[in-house]
Amino acid sequence: MTRTAKTGTLAASKGAVILLIGTRKGAFTLRSDASRRTWKLSAPTFLGHIVHHMVLDPRDRRTMLMAVSTGHLGPTIYRSTDAGKTWKESSAPPAFRKVSEGENGRAVNHVFWLTPCHANEPDAWYAGTSPQGLFRSDNGGVTWSAFSPINEDPQYLEWMGTVQDGTPDGPKLHSIIVDPRDAKHLYFAMSGGGVHESVDGGKTFLPLIKGLEVVEGFDPATVTFHDPHCVRLCPSNPDRLYQQNHCGIYRLDRPSHQWVRIGKNMPKAIGDIGFPMVVHPRNADVAWVLPMDGSTVWPRVSLGGRPAAYVTRNAGKSWSRLDKGFPRTDAWWTVKRQAMSRDGHDPVGLYLGTTSGEIWASRTEGQGWTCIARHLPEIYSVEAAVLGR
Amino acid sequence: MTIHIPSALRSYTNRQSEVEVAGSTLGEVLSALDAQYPGLRFRIVTEQDRIRPHIRIFVNDEQAQELLTPLDAEDRVYIVCALSGG
Repeated sequence: MTRTAKTGTLAASKGAVILLIGTRKGAFTLRSDASRRTWKLSAPTFLGHIVHHMVLDPRDRRTMLMAVSTGHLGPTIYRSTDAGKTWKESSAPPAFRKVSEGENGRAVNHVFWLTPCHANEPDAWYAGTSPQGLFRSDNGGVTWSAFSPINEDPQYLEWMGTVQDGTPDGPKLHSIIVDPRDAKHLYFAMSGGGVHESVDGGKTFLPLIKGLEVVEGFDPATVTFHDPHCVRLCPSNPDRLYQQNHCGIYRLDRPSHQWVRIGKNMPKAIGDIGFPMVVHPRNADVAWVLPMDGSTVWPRVSLGGRPAAYVTRNAGKSWSRLDKGFPRTDAWWTVKRQAMSRDGHDPVGLYLGTTSGEIWASRTEGQGWTCIARHLPEIYSVEAAVLGR
Repeated sequence: MTIHIPSALRSYTNRQSEVEVAGSTLGEVLSALDAQYPGLRFRIVTEQDRIRPHIRIFVNDEQAQELLTPLDAEDRVYIVCALSGG
């Protein structure tokens, strides 16, 4: 997808689509042509490895990075410069500073999130880790260094909390976002630890949590209690962000600092709890979520066993149910925050992967859904991309 | 000395299950191992020089918990992946 010089708007992408699928037992791809009617599943890559995230570099459309760990071994990053045909390991994966004897130093458990840097910074990438850390590579993922002072900042360390304060499989830094107009304007989110913004290229960050709610009984002024699940910036209007939070769905229109809980406009029986958030590539009023059961002990499965996506076409004023093609009953899906995405085609293709190993696709912006792969391992992430020629 | 490599790490050692490196402590041996097979050490030892949670290292029949553990040239070092499959 490219920005047209004349209008500044984004043109729809064309060409064959590839889905990059990270699972608890390896990486897979699904490939289709531009029609997106039929899909071909690959053999597993790095079978047995935990693949947290796999991303194609949109700047050259052939470099791929993959964040990997295993049940036994520590984290690393693999990189491919031939669209996934061959892979080489990073020679210096993200790692915290080695502390002196007696100090309590942190160790990266896994790399959770990968984001290519600005279009004007070729070969540069950001990575978010568990526990929360922010790293950058300037050589296509070969070597990584701590980025910004937050990994060591006492205030940020307090906001990050301990491993025990985080999500069940470890606290995470995620949703690293680069403003397409300004490489120095950055956002990231932490589960837990809130949403944060930098306007100086990461030299400083400030919390961006006004209007966000926290679990009942806790003080929303305390940054550490905030749990954003997924934050997305609208490519067609970079002043607009959407967020699926532990406590609802929100929209933020800059320069305001006040998030608005647009999830209150969801049907009451459905609620506004979930993990992923997907935004339209060319219409900032359109966004999709996949609600899950947030009651009692937080089951985080499709409500009533009847999966449905919901779309807003008016920036959150109202929502419509999209479940045509999904099972009508007895389908208890969980979809993780990185496991729902879209392509840039017209109409937009939507894709989601369940923890029960199914990939569902819609080439009609959610109006109809088809299962395009099943029996995969537990799905952690799904990214849609268009390969280079 | 001889280092026994578990299957999970043999992608680093050209599929060899045993390799020879020198060193007078466990830390020195692991650094030598990493020099010969880059990337291997970080998969089993954290950036804080702690052996990772699901990795065990034995020197002969004794479990070594510290990188300062002294080694003799005749020692046999076993890197073991603890049970954590599924």
